Amino acid sequence: MAIEVRIPTILRPLTGGEKAVEGSGGTLDELLIDLDSRHSGLRARLVDDSGLRRFVNVYLNDEDVRFLGGLGTQVKDGDTVTVLPAVAGG
Amino acid sequence: MLRISRALIDQVIAHARADHPDEACGVIAGQAGSDQPVRFIPMLNAERSPTFYRFDSMEQLAVWREMDDRDEEPVVIYHSHTATEAYPSRTDVSYASEPGAHYLLVSTREPDETEVRSYRITDGLVSEEGVEIAE
Repeated sequence: MAIEVRIPTILRPLTGGEKAVEGSGGTLDELLIDLDSRHSGLRARLVDDSGLRRFVNVYLNDEDVRFLGGLGTQVKDGDTVTVLPAVAGG
Repeated sequence: MLRISRALIDQVIAHARADHPDEACGVIAGQAGSDQPVRFIPMLNAERSPTFYRFDSMEQLAVWREMDDRDEEPVVIYHSHTATEAYPSRTDVSYASEPGAHYLLVSTREPDETEVRSYRITDGLVSEEGVEIAE
């Protein structure tokens, strides 16, 4: 078992075109570091110095991680993490 | 070039007029790869603002999953400007992250005339495209 991470179209160039990749970790932060070791550059598209970027939504199963614990959100095998670009503007 | 039915354009304009002076936003889904907008999906503007819009993140997850299940994609992403022209703002460009989508903008600043224009936004570059409305 692992954690499935669903990747939006715009980030698939970083995953060799894959719609979903697998990773491991105890927190979202650890999971993203693990993914970045195989999909270099992915983490930087999701995270900056202040935490999760405003431009992306990250969900753990059915919840927005902003309402859980952000990068510190606990994750475990069998979970699904979904990344979607935020749709916003002025 | 965006090809779209008159009925869909009318739904977008009706949504924009209903939410004026706040910005309205939504998606028109179509079969993946078809480039044909079919299913009108008005979205909440979580910001409820006359100068900003953002899809509610939970509603977006539900809608994106449904599109995935139906083998659809967001062919059109629309929103309104309520005091300025229908041209992408700097914020629109910085957030744009669906390079395959047509970004449809409508302006409701004039009470009896609604400007409707469409763009591709890729890597921070805006290119306007024609809109062909099928009656």
